[in-house]
Amino acid sequence: MKISGYLRPDGSIGFRNHIAILPSVGCANDVVVRLGRMYPDVRLLSHRQGCSQVGPDNDQTVRTLVGLGKNPNIAGVLVIGLGCETISAEYLAEEISKTKKMVDYLVFNDEEGLMAALPKGAKMLDRMLHETSKMKRVPCDLEQLTVGLKCGLSDTTSGIASNPATGIAADRVVESGGTVIFGETPELIGAESIMAKRAASREVEEKLYRVVNECKERVKTSGGDIQEANVAPGNIEGGITTIEEKSLGSIKKGGGTTLQGVLDYGEIPREKGLFFMDSPGRTPEALTGFNAAGAQILIFPTGGGSPAGSLISPVIKVTANSQTAQRLKGHIDIDVSTVISGDELLVKAGDRIFQKLLEVANGEQTKAETLLYGSISIWNISPLCG
Amino acid sequence: MNIQQAIMMDEKDNVATLLTAIEKCHQVQIKVGERSFTVQAKETIPYGHKIALKDIEKGGKVIKYSEVIGRAIDHIKEGTHVHVHNTESLSAKNL
Repeated sequence: MKISGYLRPDGSIGFRNHIAILPSVGCANDVVVRLGRMYPDVRLLSHRQGCSQVGPDNDQTVRTLVGLGKNPNIAGVLVIGLGCETISAEYLAEEISKTKKMVDYLVFNDEEGLMAALPKGAKMLDRMLHETSKMKRVPCDLEQLTVGLKCGLSDTTSGIASNPATGIAADRVVESGGTVIFGETPELIGAESIMAKRAASREVEEKLYRVVNECKERVKTSGGDIQEANVAPGNIEGGITTIEEKSLGSIKKGGGTTLQGVLDYGEIPREKGLFFMDSPGRTPEALTGFNAAGAQILIFPTGGGSPAGSLISPVIKVTANSQTAQRLKGHIDIDVSTVISGDELLVKAGDRIFQKLLEVANGEQTKAETLLYGSISIWNISPLCG
Repeated sequence: MNIQQAIMMDEKDNVATLLTAIEKCHQVQIKVGERSFTVQAKETIPYGHKIALKDIEKGGKVIKYSEVIGRAIDHIKEGTHVHVHNTESLSAKNL
């Protein structure tokens, strides 16, 4: 199947054509919400960061906000700042403009209050929405596709069906020249050597060990027990014996290709292929990291079910638990419980996920997309200061 | 709905995951790709737990997903339950 998308001025391809409003700081969220009431089709990327952050934490927020604006699914961005924040709206707009897409910015403190800021923002949105309406899809290659993978509420069926089936689809994307990003650093604790064997180079291997060690250190520094990362009593009851088995079940969703690199949270990969992103297990934060890295489509295998979605990229939800597939019909896109019942081979289920990925790239809405389920949540790595 | 009994994730594995609880002495049908074979259960094993597909020596590798998921701390006989009572992690101690 051929895929098509919206060609951006920097050569990237969007599989959606959104206009977004991005606050540079949490204090500007109200302006975003008010404009959103006037323009229901505009994506509101409200978040609570952007101020009083220092060092690596500030760098991470900047990287993420710039990455969100650069995501190819977004045709144009209106950045809204307050004027006193650490990360200025002007700076973000300038960085995002490097893609040559439509970018405008508005600083609240330069206006005479909210009622003056709103019509100004509205005028900027009007222009961008009108320009967007004229854009048309063009044929493109899978090389232009970046897929983010995250699993959630995993159960026995995840490790044996929904994750490995997703992994088969991930392999097809990489083999077709595309890019796949998966994450969840805590899931690698205790199983880092298994993943490290697949690293493309010594540097990739070293970075993988480094991010896992930093994750362990954060748990220790915060007074947590690292053994909690180990197999929990509920896992043991469910049949998981060791931390290696638990992690393997999770990393299976990334397929079996060579690990080309380890990305910082929200970092855009510079090459094609399979990447691991240093990221937390919490779903909105992990998905936001993939959005910032440029993923245009996300796949979410689940056992017990989840409504997970994203404001920027369609999320395809997959389950191999037949009860979840029934109960959450309105949220699940692909039922692969056929692998459990013996009615379908794993490889065929993987192929169905890959086919769905192509349909979604071409514009078919996922359940979460139709429901407009999703939010932006930026991973905060250190305590706030100031 | 039809429920198959056990799935072996890779031809190199020496354990399979049960997709239904199995009673002692039952012949368990194991599926791996398009191939299937049977192993007799030597004890009752719960849903989602693992069954040994061959004898695993004490100290031997327990393999699932074609990877080592742990080490046998006892001799594990074919058809018996593979779990925390007879298998340990190789890396949990280094956490």
